[in-house]
Amino acid sequence: MSTVIEVTDVTKTYRKSEALRGVTLALQPDRIYGLLGRNGAGKTTLMSILTAQGFASSGEVRVFGEHPYENERVLNRICFIRESQKYPDSFTAEHAFKSAALFFANWSQELADRLVTDFQLPLRRNIKKLSRGQLSAVGVIIGLASRAELTFFDEPYLGLDAVARQLFYDRLVEDYSRHPRTVVLSSHLIDEVANLLEHVIVIDQGRIIMDDDAETIRGSAFTVVGSAEKVRTFLGGREVVHSDNFASLASVTALGTLNESETREAAELGLELAPVSLQQLIVRKTMSASPASSGAADRPLSEVAR
Amino acid sequence: MLIDNGRPIFLQIAERIESDIIDGTLAEESQVPSTNEFAAFYRINPATAAKGVNRLVDDRILYKQRGIGMFVSTGARAVLMQRRREEFFDQYVQPLAREARKLGIEPDELADMIRQGEHAIQGGTQ
Repeated sequence: MSTVIEVTDVTKTYRKSEALRGVTLALQPDRIYGLLGRNGAGKTTLMSILTAQGFASSGEVRVFGEHPYENERVLNRICFIRESQKYPDSFTAEHAFKSAALFFANWSQELADRLVTDFQLPLRRNIKKLSRGQLSAVGVIIGLASRAELTFFDEPYLGLDAVARQLFYDRLVEDYSRHPRTVVLSSHLIDEVANLLEHVIVIDQGRIIMDDDAETIRGSAFTVVGSAEKVRTFLGGREVVHSDNFASLASVTALGTLNESETREAAELGLELAPVSLQQLIVRKTMSASPASSGAADRPLSEVAR
Repeated sequence: MLIDNGRPIFLQIAERIESDIIDGTLAEESQVPSTNEFAAFYRINPATAAKGVNRLVDDRILYKQRGIGMFVSTGARAVLMQRRREEFFDQYVQPLAREARKLGIEPDELADMIRQGEHAIQGGTQ
């Protein structure tokens, strides 16, 4: 069995709205996946289905080759850290860690202790009295120390400041290096997590619009800035994902890579080239795919650049 | 963060290591940090770091010793210097000449400026 998760044509309908539409995915073991998309795009719905906390309206879901629903063999190997994780009222962080230690076979108390110190988490205070950031830290600590074969982090950083978030990312890379496992990290802070990801899945309005190696995506687009007419000549028939105009200038993001002679040609035309970050590309793509925008991506460049 | 977001990271890692070999930070036959050390230092995915390092292994700039680690090959520096020299014209000379023409700087004047620049650097390092 080589794939950890196999999702085939999954749809989820809530009354009248479609949260997931024909989602098909295959996740390989021991990689860090980014599940990215705007709020309400379907990230949490998808993760809930994969962890058997919700049902698909139609389609097939396999985790470790089996149906996850009420299947202990599968659920024992999964850790799901939700943004709004609920704990019993009387619990302290220490209680939460003790239950996690019982549940997860690979639990590392040593790592948990170290993270408690890192995040300066009060262990004996009632969880209800913790700050939002401290509550997120409890989730992050369980997610990392569980060392589950498949770990989901659904926007785990609410209330964590920049320093604490960096701590989470650093500990994730460090522990993953020593104990490789499959991690699915959902986030809309794309720039912050981009470099940690091996593979990127982008979901927009219930549909998968990108499913590729992070490095492939990083090199897959460029922005060219200069006189609108020269930009148009230079780009020719390339697929445009976004275009901004200012007076006679155009700034156009197009798909593809440029070879040396094309780069030289751009310089000779007086055009500026800029790389496109993962975040910029995703923002461009999720903007152009939404019906609220004018759908610039569907129009030929000759119209867009005008 | 030292990593530029718009270009494949494995290429940037490979370039970093190459530059360290060229300027002598990594001597020939010395050990290169492990993939996990690169990942932790640059805060990147370990698989991405490995891809950058493996590119240099395929290129024979680095070599692997099973169970011990990765080392800089003998002769790597000369190979890299030669390659960078070949790229120098495209990367530096052409843009310089283009900008000079735009500003009306004549080739002779440009050559003088390059000599002055060279002097300034020498003065700075002495």
